[in-house]
Amino acid sequence: MKLLYFAWVRERVGLAEEEIDPPAGVATVGELVAWLTQRGEGYAYAFENPKVIRAAIDRNHVRADTRIDGAHEIAFFPPMTGG
Amino acid sequence: MTTTIRLQREAFDVGAEAALLARGRADIGAVVTFTGLCRADENGEPIAALTLEHYPDMAEAEIARHVEEARARWPLIGVTVIHRYGRIAPGEVIVAVVTASSHREAAFAAASFLMDYLKTRAPFWKQVEKVSGKIWVDAKAADDAAAERWSEPPPRREAAK
Repeated sequence: MKLLYFAWVRERVGLAEEEIDPPAGVATVGELVAWLTQRGEGYAYAFENPKVIRAAIDRNHVRADTRIDGAHEIAFFPPMTGG
Repeated sequence: MTTTIRLQREAFDVGAEAALLARGRADIGAVVTFTGLCRADENGEPIAALTLEHYPDMAEAEIARHVEEARARWPLIGVTVIHRYGRIAPGEVIVAVVTASSHREAAFAAASFLMDYLKTRAPFWKQVEKVSGKIWVDAKAADDAAAERWSEPPPRREAAK
């Protein structure tokens, strides 16, 4: 699946997007965040406070307990500040 | 209903967009225009400009979902939402919401609803250029509270006594 990162999440991870293949057992958005956190310093910094991280699956807002199976595109970003 | 949603880098003329929405129609009695401008300060500190990052496909889809929601709540005839991205200087337009209806109540309420949701649900992020460097703007609790008020059912009209 494709992961997208925006704003300071993107800056801290050091990537705008990447393809990943999470291991079995990573079933929800929250578990994916926990798995990503272990991938390096940038990820750990980006996701150090998981409560403020927002996520979208295939361009729809989702919560941490949403299952990720079948997802094509998962995006992580800070709370939105548009308008 | 006429719906226009545009995400663009370029500046635009809000008055022209409002005029376009009502042009050639005689059923519109009210047009409400909200214009969001870039201020020259953020939390009391001067800024040189702001840069808006966005998630293009989702931003458009998310705005379209809220326009649909507005249409389900109020009798709207037309809605235009234009949101810029990229670098924006103080005094320039960031966003415009134009709503048209037969009467003003629906147009005012829908414009307010759309702006509250744009601020908290549309995937845009502001970064400001201060003397001390570039800083991502923090989300405001007041914006969440403003969006939250729409989740309650509208007040019931009291029956005439």
